[in-house]
Amino acid sequence: MCCMIDSDIPIINSKILREKLQENSIRIVDVRRDQEYQQGHITNAVNLPLAKLLADDSPEAIQKIAQDLGISDETPAVIYDDTFGALSSRVVWALQYIGHKDVKLLDVTFSQWKELGYEISTEVPEIETATHSVKINSEIMATAEYLEKVKENENVVIIDNRERLNYLEQHIPGAINIPYRTLATDGKILRTKEGMKTLLKNRGISEDAEIITYCGSVGTLSGLAYYALKSIGIPNVKLYVHSFKEWKSLEKPIDKQENANYWDLSAE
Amino acid sequence: MAQQLRPSKPADKQPKIDWSRRQEAENFAETVKLFRQGKIDHDMFRRYRLQHGAYGTRMTDDYAMVRIKVPAGQIYPYQLEKIAQLSEMYSIGSAHFSTRENIQLHWVILEDVSEIMQSLADVGMTSREACGNTVRNVMCSPMSGVCKDEIFDATPYALAIAKFMLRNPICQGLPRKFKFNFTCCEKHGMIRIVDVGLLPQIQEIDGEKRKGFKIFLGGGLGNRSFVGHQLEDFTPVEDLLYTSMAVIRIFDRMGDRKNLSRNRMRYLVDQLGWEKFQNLVLKERAIVKATQSVIVKLNIDDSVNEIQRPISVTDESTSIPDGYARWQKTNVEKQSQSGFNSVFIGLEAGDITANQLRSVADIIRDYSAEGFARNGFSQNIVIRYVHDDDLTSLYSKLLETGLAKSGSLTMASAVGCSGTTSCNLALTNSHRLAKEVQRKFLELNFDEDDDLRDSTVKISGCPNSCGQHQIATIGFYGGGGRHETNMFPNYTMSLGGKFDEDATLGHHTARVPVKRIIPVILKIIELFKENKQPDDTLAKWIDRVVKGNESSKITSVEDIKKAIAPIIVPPKIEDEPDFYMDYGSDTNYHTVTGKGECAA
Ligand code: HEM
Ligand code: SF4
Repeated sequence: MCCMIDSDIPIINSKILREKLQENSIRIVDVRRDQEYQQGHITNAVNLPLAKLLADDSPEAIQKIAQDLGISDETPAVIYDDTFGALSSRVVWALQYIGHKDVKLLDVTFSQWKELGYEISTEVPEIETATHSVKINSEIMATAEYLEKVKENENVVIIDNRERLNYLEQHIPGAINIPYRTLATDGKILRTKEGMKTLLKNRGISEDAEIITYCGSVGTLSGLAYYALKSIGIPNVKLYVHSFKEWKSLEKPIDKQENANYWDLSAE
Repeated sequence: MAQQLRPSKPADKQPKIDWSRRQEAENFAETVKLFRQGKIDHDMFRRYRLQHGAYGTRMTDDYAMVRIKVPAGQIYPYQLEKIAQLSEMYSIGSAHFSTRENIQLHWVILEDVSEIMQSLADVGMTSREACGNTVRNVMCSPMSGVCKDEIFDATPYALAIAKFMLRNPICQGLPRKFKFNFTCCEKHGMIRIVDVGLLPQIQEIDGEKRKGFKIFLGGGLGNRSFVGHQLEDFTPVEDLLYTSMAVIRIFDRMGDRKNLSRNRMRYLVDQLGWEKFQNLVLKERAIVKATQSVIVKLNIDDSVNEIQRPISVTDESTSIPDGYARWQKTNVEKQSQSGFNSVFIGLEAGDITANQLRSVADIIRDYSAEGFARNGFSQNIVIRYVHDDDLTSLYSKLLETGLAKSGSLTMASAVGCSGTTSCNLALTNSHRLAKEVQRKFLELNFDEDDDLRDSTVKISGCPNSCGQHQIATIGFYGGGGRHETNMFPNYTMSLGGKFDEDATLGHHTARVPVKRIIPVILKIIELFKENKQPDDTLAKWIDRVVKGNESSKITSVEDIKKAIAPIIVPPKIEDEPDFYMDYGSDTNYHTVTGKGECAA
């Protein structure tokens, strides 16, 4: 095996990453804003503000980003953020989309990393640009058109990862709701594999299903779900990257929970 | 900014009783699956689901409301944190504190309920028998143990009864739900509107002081409401369990199992007549005592709670935050223990966000010398044993988290049941209406008005009384009205309800369109102000009016009706379209209800 990180383990344990910090052959990517990154990041991490990726996520743009960050086809990459893994999942997805194989989430957020007392630094590492190919992994991408075509198929499960009230208010017909918070557990950005499997089992979602995830607008919350499902070995998971915002703007059909004033139960 | 060094927090206090049973979560998941596969019929599943604390939800089979029991209202910080997490994972990101010391999670996907049950077991909680024909959450006054007027602390007895009844075969399939309320004193509890209400007493028998209770039986609110009867002069604590068992056995044996709308115990009492029922109970108690093969006893944990003031967290800033005096006046009760206070945290109709729950947990750890909190009776939270010196600092913390609303102990804190936000039987959005009333009252500074302090506003979304409107000074229940061809939400207003020693149910006065409720309340307050005696309160004045004992310009309910008549006339729909819409809705009102399951 080429790399020091066991590629069967889908998420990087913070302890293991810490041991590998000094080895320069992995690329750690911090997806927070530039300013936050400057104030301190995991030692040796480079910065990719998510906004930069979202500004243009064509395969060519993703390729350029990877190359500028020194990520070649072979470079193992580890991504982290400071929310709950949603931003970094979106980056993971983008890299996988252009064919990158070895990219993982860190299992804790930056704040938790700091609380653990692990190494941080304000030093910006030197980046040697690399070459990355583009081999589109269309298996993991869903468009509105595609979704509309397959959504009635028996084997297709559409998962909405927004919060419950947003889902009740409007969602893609036939979608089920797994709020992104459901994916996490105490102190870790993702449930255990077993916990994830129980959730699917209770909901009657077959592991052989074709699962398409979506959220509000740019595929971050649903990116986390995409990652969570992939990480427990579900073979066919797709991200509807442009999510509900696009769906609505295309004036596609929408379902709603009628005749109930659920918003008035919220204390927000 | 330099980090302020703080002494590390003491370990969380642990509750003395674990109410959970983990196996029930797995069984629940399995049963839901069988139900979905059509292997269990609808009715059987419904009974099972309710037994485990999951209600149906408005207009759908896909969602449930999970009612988490909090026996005697005692809730610990890490339990609140767990509920915060569960609300984000499986519910709407807010939780609801109910009028019966439960905490409810709404709009939970039925298939996720078992995961909630698993997590509740992690923190020793259960939803078992929170619904269904069982002994519901055993309540105890939030002031028990700290109330100035109490004779002794009923909490250990409430917990012991709760523990005895939970999962006990004698009360798994009663004709209908069954409720116990313990109190500290008449003022703070609701002992006359439940199946069994208990007030602590001490009696000297043969020169020896003995603990016991005044027990009230057969009260309850609903489509027809009754005030409970006192069983006997004094029931010694030794007889508490026998009496409870006797009452439950009689109800189990003789209660109406057929007629859904008449199967609460109060109907049995009404049908037999009090004397007959009373005799039956006393006889049954003698039999229960005499025929025990094994001595059954309540497990009373009388050990004293450790009271230890957390290390003072008061910061250097000594300035008193804005609004403190008003908040303190309307949210804080002095305790019988000198130097300590009970702080009532007011919520809007009982709703609280996940982040606020986490803040409350922190505040309990930092400020409460007993290390846990109590759920109140009016959709609120009570943090007790707060030292005088810590009140301003605690208030600042509440301000930060948006929980410093004043008026929790006043008329401003209106109660509202779930209504159309989630309840299948609802006709109106009583939940939102309660929030609107509260906001208006606070805007008008009504919370600071001593004349209004002991009055209450309570609102139900249909005649079923979950919002306890009949015991409110001004109560409302929802229905539909029609003007020409258009419908509008129309509430029935009752006046003069009380739950203290002369508990009275409110007097139906008029039907008030939803968008006229606030103006009508304001009108009544105006009439009161014009006609009151020097030391009067609104509650006392309304009581006199309702009973025909008032001698000012307003002498009866009829006079109030006359005064509000002009306000409640429906306008033409073209002139005021909003009149025909309920709160929280932008379309014309029509009544929609689903299949109710209040019985089960
Ligand atoms: C005929 C049907 C029903 C009757 C007679 C009934 C009666 C009551 C009563 C009397 C209370 C007041 C609590 C107390 O005893 O002090 C109560 C509380 C409550 N009930 Fe019902 N109920 C019915 C159906 C339902 C249904 C279908 C739901 C919704 C799932 C519901 C939700 C509640 C809630 C949420 C409370 C606590 C109030 C709060 O939010 O603080 N009830 N019920
Ligand atoms: S009073 Fe009516 S609307 Fe309100 S919770 Fe009870 S059954 Fe539902």
